[in-house]
Amino acid sequence: MQAITTTNLTKKYETLTAVDHVSFEVQQGEIFGLLGPNGAGKTTIIKMLSTLTTPTEGDADVWGHSIGSARDDVRRSIGIVFQDPAVDDSLTGRENLDFHARMYGMKKELRIERIREVLALVGLEDKADLLLKKYSGGMKRRLEIARGLMHYPRVLFLDEPTLGLDPQTRRHIWDYIKMLNQREKVTIILTTHYMEEADSLCSRIGIIDHGKILVVDTPTALKNAMGNDLLTIASADSEGLLAGLTGQDWVKDIQQYGDQLLVGAQQAEEKIPMAVHIAQRLDIAITSISLRKPTLEDVFLHYTGKTMRDEDAAAGDAPRGKMRRHGGHH
Amino acid sequence: MRHWFNPQVLYALWLREMKRYVRARSRIIGSIAMPFFFLLFLGTGFKNFRPESLPAGIDYLNFLAPGMLAIVLQFGSMFIGIAVLWDRQFGFLKEIMVAPVSRVAIVLGRTLGGVTTAVLQGVLFIAVAMLAGLKVSGFGGFSLTLFFMILIACAFVNLGLSIASLMRDMQGFSIVMNFVMVPLLLLSGAMFPVEQFPVWVQVLCYINPLFYGVDGLRYGLIGMSKFSPFIDAAVLFSFCAAMVGLGTFLFSRSDID
Repeated sequence: MQAITTTNLTKKYETLTAVDHVSFEVQQGEIFGLLGPNGAGKTTIIKMLSTLTTPTEGDADVWGHSIGSARDDVRRSIGIVFQDPAVDDSLTGRENLDFHARMYGMKKELRIERIREVLALVGLEDKADLLLKKYSGGMKRRLEIARGLMHYPRVLFLDEPTLGLDPQTRRHIWDYIKMLNQREKVTIILTTHYMEEADSLCSRIGIIDHGKILVVDTPTALKNAMGNDLLTIASADSEGLLAGLTGQDWVKDIQQYGDQLLVGAQQAEEKIPMAVHIAQRLDIAITSISLRKPTLEDVFLHYTGKTMRDEDAAAGDAPRGKMRRHGGHH
Repeated sequence: MRHWFNPQVLYALWLREMKRYVRARSRIIGSIAMPFFFLLFLGTGFKNFRPESLPAGIDYLNFLAPGMLAIVLQFGSMFIGIAVLWDRQFGFLKEIMVAPVSRVAIVLGRTLGGVTTAVLQGVLFIAVAMLAGLKVSGFGGFSLTLFFMILIACAFVNLGLSIASLMRDMQGFSIVMNFVMVPLLLLSGAMFPVEQFPVWVQVLCYINPLFYGVDGLRYGLIGMSKFSPFIDAAVLFSFCAAMVGLGTFLFSRSDID
């Protein structure tokens, strides 16, 4: 059984098709990422999968339950951390968790034990009895992740889990997410518009733009499909090495810039030993070799014809656009 | 849909409302201050105001107190509508709606919390009004008052929930709320006996459910009423049931965002 299966999932608003016949599968135990710019339809997909809104067309199964006909079974199987904070500021951390546990029908002993457990998991034991008003943004997010896990969900939804957090807190949250996935054996589906986040966290990624899923694969496979990696080889005798490497069947492309050679190759990490071997046979000393892989940015560009930054700008970040125009007249 | 009667869910929602209530001291004071000052100023200022329908031995302050109590209940109950809008704005509504519980249980839980806070405020108001000169007719009368207070609060909590389910923002809610609350209040006989009105206004008063609420409260507190308390209770109960139905229906089908 797959953790999630969607078939032609579609959501239309009056004039806008937010999600357009989306079909994908999420395997049990994986961290699946939906990567796309703002307004691509990621959050709408999460809302449909978590029963907060009903699809216009199509269906999806979450942990074997249809989001159309078995909403309460779906709700019991999932935990969710929303994009915007969804905590009660006038309650303490522990009270927020306790409210959640009661809503999910957990018995008293289990509640107390589990609250202790999830607080330890996100490192908030000593802040548990503080009002949420006193929490920082990162602490709130951690508490929400802890809350999402309270009732032992099979699938955890994280909608832009690190949006608006500083880089250091972001890395902490990534570590927590990886650890939860392993320790709690929970399947995680997250949305993000941060390339590094998708790359470092997800076992598989679906690239989404204008409500459509364009491709689904592992980050490595997506990047490998982009074609050649780039090896930069610095050596004592570039001409000699150029002659030696030219004509090797794995060398797709080779150029010399001073003492550096730029070599295009596929799976280039496997070709480094070959290059070193040839250099040794020709008795040429290699100073350094560096390898640049295509990034998810290249992948996104390939499938959408635009960079993610273009898309975010086009999506109309109105206040920022206005500011820029005002700035131009100074 | 799961069973609508889920004690643990009702308790969770009720407990949250109680915690929020006791932590917002300004809300407690603010909600009874305005009606109390009205009672004090009007009750003292119109000390010698004696409409002919006012029985002997009852001064204007005692006549006015049940009416002001109705205002405390009305506004205290409608506050739950604001709480729902706040929850929507601060995202907490999503946390509630994504839980595997019947939507009816959610409405009942909120009603329970709203009724408790409104009635607490009402009791607090009665205590303060007694200091100002209100003479409660006795323990039996007070119990009956409590019964009417619960019916009134339950009806207005659900009216608040209904309006909040149709509204997106606070401004809209307060406009609609004033359009509903003020006419109901003015036509309830809270300030003076409705016999003072022309006949066609009196008719409007008699089709106003809050009129029966004020009448019932007045019977309980000072033993004076226009109708039999049974009639008051019957009308209020029907109104309350209708509001619970409407609140449940509208809240269940309202969207999250």
